[in-house]
Amino acid sequence: MLGYIVKRLLQLIPTLIGVTLFAFLLVAAVPGDPAQIIAGDSASPEEVEIIRSQLGIDKPLYEQYMSYVVNILHGDLGTSLRSSQPVLDEILSRFPTSFILTVMSLIIMIIVGLIAGIASATKPNSLRDNVSMMFSLFGISMPVFWMGIMFILLFSYYLPWFPSGGSTEFKHFVLPSIVLGLSASGVLARLTRSSILEIVNQDFIRTARAKGLKEKYVIYKHTLKNALIPIITIVGMEFGILLGGAVITETVFSMNGIGRYVVESIQFRDFPAIQGSILFISTLFVFIILLVDLSYSVVDPRVRYEN
Amino acid sequence: MENLLEIKNLKTYFYSENGVVPAVDGVSITIKKGETLGIVGESGSGKSVTALTAMRLTPGKVVEGSINFNGKDLLTLSDEAMRKIRGKEIAMIFQEPMTSLNPVFTIGNQIAEALKTHMNFTKTKANERAIELLELVGIPRPERIVKEYPHQLSGGMRQRVMIAMAMACNPSLLIADEPTTALDVTIQAQILDLMRDLKKEHNTSILMITHDLGVVAETCDRVCVMYGGKVVEESDVHEIFNNPKHPYTQGLLKSIPSLIDSEEETRLYSIEGNVPIPGTLRGGCHFAPRCEFAMNICHTEVPSYKEVATGHFSRCWLHEVEDEEVQNEANIS
Ligand SMILES: Nc1ncnc2c1ncn2[C@@H]1O[C@H](COP(=O)(O)OP(=O)(O)O)[C@@H](O)[C@H]1O
Ligand SMILES: [Mg+2]
Repeated sequence: MLGYIVKRLLQLIPTLIGVTLFAFLLVAAVPGDPAQIIAGDSASPEEVEIIRSQLGIDKPLYEQYMSYVVNILHGDLGTSLRSSQPVLDEILSRFPTSFILTVMSLIIMIIVGLIAGIASATKPNSLRDNVSMMFSLFGISMPVFWMGIMFILLFSYYLPWFPSGGSTEFKHFVLPSIVLGLSASGVLARLTRSSILEIVNQDFIRTARAKGLKEKYVIYKHTLKNALIPIITIVGMEFGILLGGAVITETVFSMNGIGRYVVESIQFRDFPAIQGSILFISTLFVFIILLVDLSYSVVDPRVRYEN
Repeated sequence: MENLLEIKNLKTYFYSENGVVPAVDGVSITIKKGETLGIVGESGSGKSVTALTAMRLTPGKVVEGSINFNGKDLLTLSDEAMRKIRGKEIAMIFQEPMTSLNPVFTIGNQIAEALKTHMNFTKTKANERAIELLELVGIPRPERIVKEYPHQLSGGMRQRVMIAMAMACNPSLLIADEPTTALDVTIQAQILDLMRDLKKEHNTSILMITHDLGVVAETCDRVCVMYGGKVVEESDVHEIFNNPKHPYTQGLLKSIPSLIDSEEETRLYSIEGNVPIPGTLRGGCHFAPRCEFAMNICHTEVPSYKEVATGHFSRCWLHEVEDEEVQNEANIS
C-alpha cells in the first residue's frame, strides 16, 4: 500500500508541471499587453516599459516560465496588483472560509444524500422512494442562488435565527452549508440509489442472503461497500469543486472565500492574483483526485493489485 | 429413513406485464436424511426456482404447495425464523463461483460471517474455524487464503470456498445448484469427489441440481427429472439409467456421449426442438410437442403421475395405454 502511495505521488509530478504551464500560459496568452493594461491609457511608454520589466515580460517566454516555476517553489505566487500584497498570503487568508464551508457542506451532502439514497433503494418504487427522489430532483434543479435567497428570507429575515451574511463565526456558515449541502445531496441520493439497486441484483448478494445474514448486513456491509466507488467519486468531485470556491454561495451570503477572490481578481484584471488562484485551485484538485484514487484502492482490493 | 425435506405440489409463478410464468408448476420432492437427490433437466425447466423457493430467496410468488423441513413448514415461517435456517440448517452453493463471492471482502471474512451469525463465534474463533474449513475442502495454505480476496483465486478454488462457507455450520441439507457447470472437467471431478467425501463424513443430505446426467450417476441416490416446471420421472439412480420410462428421460440418456458406442461413429443424439418457455405452455403434456411417441391425448390432457414400478414414478400417457393393453390381454385370456 505504501509503495502504491509513493508511486502515485511520483506520478503527480508531470501533472503538476502541466498545471504550472497552464496557469503560466493562460496569462501569457491574454490578448493585449498586460503592462499597458496595468499602467492605464494615460501612461507614457517609459512607464509601461518599467512595469514590463517589473513583471518580467520583456524576457523570452521560456525564461519567464523558468523564473515563474522557481518563484513558485519558493512559495512566491506573485504580488497582487490590487492590494500589493503577496498573492499566496491573500489566498491563504481566505482559504479557511472556503475550507470550513466545504467540509460542512460535504457532511450535510453525505448524510442527507446517503440516507435518502439508501431509503429509496431498500424500498424501490414505494412512497418513500418516490418522495425521496422527488426531493432529490428538487435539490438538483433549484439554482443555488435562489435556494440561498429563500433560506435567508426564511431563517434570517422572517425567523431571525441566523445571520444573512459574513464569514467570521460558526453561525455564519450554517445557512450556506445547508444550501450547498442540500443542493449537492440530490445527485448523491440518486447515484446511491442506482448503485445499490445494481449491486443488490448481483450473485454475491444472493450468497449473503443464502448464508442467513441479517438484511441490515446484506445492505450496509455487502451492498454499500460495493456501491462506494461511484459514491466516493462524486463526493471527491464535489469536494474539489467546493474548495475551489463556491462563487455564488459566497456572493449571496457575503462570505470572504476563494470563489469571490477569483471573481474580484478577474474584474480588476489582477493577473498575478488570477494566475495564483488558478494554480492553487488546480493543485488542490490534483491532490483531491489522488485522495479519491487512494480511497478506491482501500474500498476495492482489485484496484490495488491491478496497478 | 426419515424425510428431511418434503416439497408438496409446489407452484412458484412469476408475474410480469407479459403474463404469468409458471416456472415451477406442481413439483413434489422428498429428500431423506443422508440422501442425495438429483434434479436433472435442461435449463429453464424450473430447477433453480424450485431450490430458491425452498430457501425463500426467489422473487417469484408461491401460489400453492408446502415445504416441510424437519417438521417446520418453511413457507409459513416468519422472515426471521427463515433467516436462522438459511446457512445454518440449509446451505446453498451456486453455479457461478466467479460472481458468487463478494469481491471486496476477504475469503476469511466471508466464511466467518455465517459462524458469527448462527453460532455466535467471536472474531478470532470464527477466523480459526474458517482456516479449518478451508483445510477441510482441500485448499492449500489456508492461513494465507483467508486473507486473500476472491479475484486472487481460480474458479475451482472459489467453488471450494463456497463449499467451505456452506459447510460452516454443518447444515443438514446442502443445495448445490449446478456446482460444477462453470468449471473445467478435471476440476468438476475434484469438486464432486469433495462433496461426496463431505457427505459421507457429515451425513449431510444433498439436493444436487444439474443438467448433466454424468454428475447424477456419480453422486445421487435418487433422481427427479424435471421438464417445463413439472417432475416427469422419479426413481433411484440405477432405475433411471437402466430402465427409463419417460420419453424425455430416454431422450436425455440417449444424448449422453458413450464410450461403448463410439466405434459405430453414430452422431450424438439430441432431443429435437427447444425447451419450452414457461407461460407459453398450454394444456396437455409439456413434452408432447417434442415427443416422438406423442398421441392426440398428450396435447390436450395432463398425464397423471404413476408409480410404474416400486419407487419409480413417471408422468406419461404411454403408461396408461400400456395398462389398458395389459388389462385387455387379461380380459381376453
Ligand atoms: N426472477 C425471475 N423472473 C422471471 N422469470 C424467472 C425468474 N427466474 C426464473 N424465471 C423463469 O423461470 C423458468 C425456470 O428458470 P430456472 O429455475 O432458473 O431454470 P433452470 O432449470 O435452468 O434452473 C425460466 O423460464 C425463467 O425464465
Ligand atoms: Mg438453474
